[in-house]
Amino acid sequence: MRFLLLFNRQSKLRLQKWFTAVSEREKRKVIRDMTVLVVGRPPRSCNFIDWRDLKIVYKRWLHHGGPHGPLLLVIPLVAGAGRYASLYFCVGLEEQDNELLGLEVLHRYVELLDKYFGNVCELDIIFNFEKAYHILDEFLMGGEVVETSKTDLALSIEEADVLQEVQWTITY
Amino acid sequence: MSPTVRLQEMIRVIRSARTQGEERGVIQKECATIRAQFRQADNGGRSHNLAKLLYVHMLGYPAHFGQMECVRLIASPRYNEKRVGYLGAMMLLDENQDASLLITNSIKNDLSHSSPYVQSLALCTLACMGSSEMCRDLAPEIDRLLRNSSSYIKKKATLCAVHMVRKVPELGELFTPAARSLLAEKNHGVLHGAVILITELCERNTQTLVQFREVVPELVHIMRGLVTSGYSPEHTVAGISDPFLQVATNTDSSKTAGSAVLYETVLTVMDIKSESGLRVLAVNILGRFLLNNDRNIRYISMTSLQKIVITDHNAVQRHRGTIVDCLKDQDASLSLALVSSINIRSMMKELLLFLSTCPPELKSHAASGIFNAAESIALCSAGGDVRDETVPNLIQLITSASQLHCYTVHKLYRALVGDISQ
Repeated sequence: MRFLLLFNRQSKLRLQKWFTAVSEREKRKVIRDMTVLVVGRPPRSCNFIDWRDLKIVYKRWLHHGGPHGPLLLVIPLVAGAGRYASLYFCVGLEEQDNELLGLEVLHRYVELLDKYFGNVCELDIIFNFEKAYHILDEFLMGGEVVETSKTDLALSIEEADVLQEVQWTITY
Repeated sequence: MSPTVRLQEMIRVIRSARTQGEERGVIQKECATIRAQFRQADNGGRSHNLAKLLYVHMLGYPAHFGQMECVRLIASPRYNEKRVGYLGAMMLLDENQDASLLITNSIKNDLSHSSPYVQSLALCTLACMGSSEMCRDLAPEIDRLLRNSSSYIKKKATLCAVHMVRKVPELGELFTPAARSLLAEKNHGVLHGAVILITELCERNTQTLVQFREVVPELVHIMRGLVTSGYSPEHTVAGISDPFLQVATNTDSSKTAGSAVLYETVLTVMDIKSESGLRVLAVNILGRFLLNNDRNIRYISMTSLQKIVITDHNAVQRHRGTIVDCLKDQDASLSLALVSSINIRSMMKELLLFLSTCPPELKSHAASGIFNAAESIALCSAGGDVRDETVPNLIQLITSASQLHCYTVHKLYRALVGDISQ
């Protein structure tokens, strides 16, 4: 895995994780390319795109009611009323990586966020981006999955949070 | 006021800016304040200032003046400050920055910290942005952790070792003995990391590969255990022959996770020099994938079949019918490419039918595919007949699609130039 990005339909970046050393300029270029590539996909295409020497796996989550609504994993059949905002999760995989597993990784990450924030929405990720990164860092490291158990992972995050709170109240 | 509230307040203010110019103004002001605060002595708000800067950085604004602050925070004894410092290091520092070397010593100390969460911060950052020098420096520490620590730390140390081996392949020798013993772990996280590490080691050094061959029965045993007890879909285990048959025949592909495992099996079978029976099985699995409702699965099976058709032509032939059916799918550009690679002659009729009914964007793809096929067939003697039949039909279709005109002329010219006798 080379990188993981989160952005919304307006191409605003919400999260970026790079697993190889890339210059700032190159990062900006990749982000620009990804947002154009992914947001521009026709609605019923598959989730894999060939790009340069990588395989891009992306998943679009719709949430109802704008950034305040929870991220839904299934698109509901609601006719007409209600705003939908999209959040795109995308990873850049190398030639030999398994795309289906890449999709699973994205699914799992959303599940983890959902469990932590409780019906996670885009605003949660915006205002608590540090936490989103901490969760990501417990889940992926150096481009590989660290922990496959959801419960173990949630427990580690909880304990680290407690440690953080305790330390803060002691010193200040 | 707690630091998180101040950060969130700033985020709110930035988001309420109505124009890009207004946003830039707000951010410039904030950055100036942050810069000033960085220069002051410890004022209790260091961590949230850096967090603010990281947010601003994510919006695309320059933040390099925060690099030294990251270094300072990482060295702090307080966990909350370390946490933000390391996060900052991962976002702002990479191996090309001079400041990155400065954190090597802090990382070294933190790797032996009494709290596993601090150790984990150090490991994570090292695996994310560790340069070759840092890796060389800290490799012995990682090796120590691989042998003697809790599962929580071991699994992270293993992946850190993977990063190190990727950066500095010579370190592979150092980690090989520890990697061997990691396979005895029960913890899935550690096992997963261990397998990845071993794969990396073997890829870079054929001698290591020979060493690890004896380990294969152990791996097979682990895999069998996983299959019979209900597997967790994220496990990608490398093995040979038998276990694959088991996994391939017993895995339920109705859910994506099952398909992912099957796909991995197929990939592995194709990669290693397996006997023909297994390869046929792999191709059949891919053929089954083609019938799957999930578009993604159809896509990957087609890309894989494209690669396989070069070596296992006959096996792929059997699935010709299904592939042609896929042409009716919306996202058919791939199946066209695949179709052009396999026996075209008998399929000319279907292809032409498709060409006349498919949406205009795909016409150029289809035409080029058919031309390529016709060109390759034209090289063999019997191909001449095919050309004669199809050319008038093609011409008729193409005259009705004006965008194709110049493309067709170009192609025909090239074909004529290469084949003047016709």
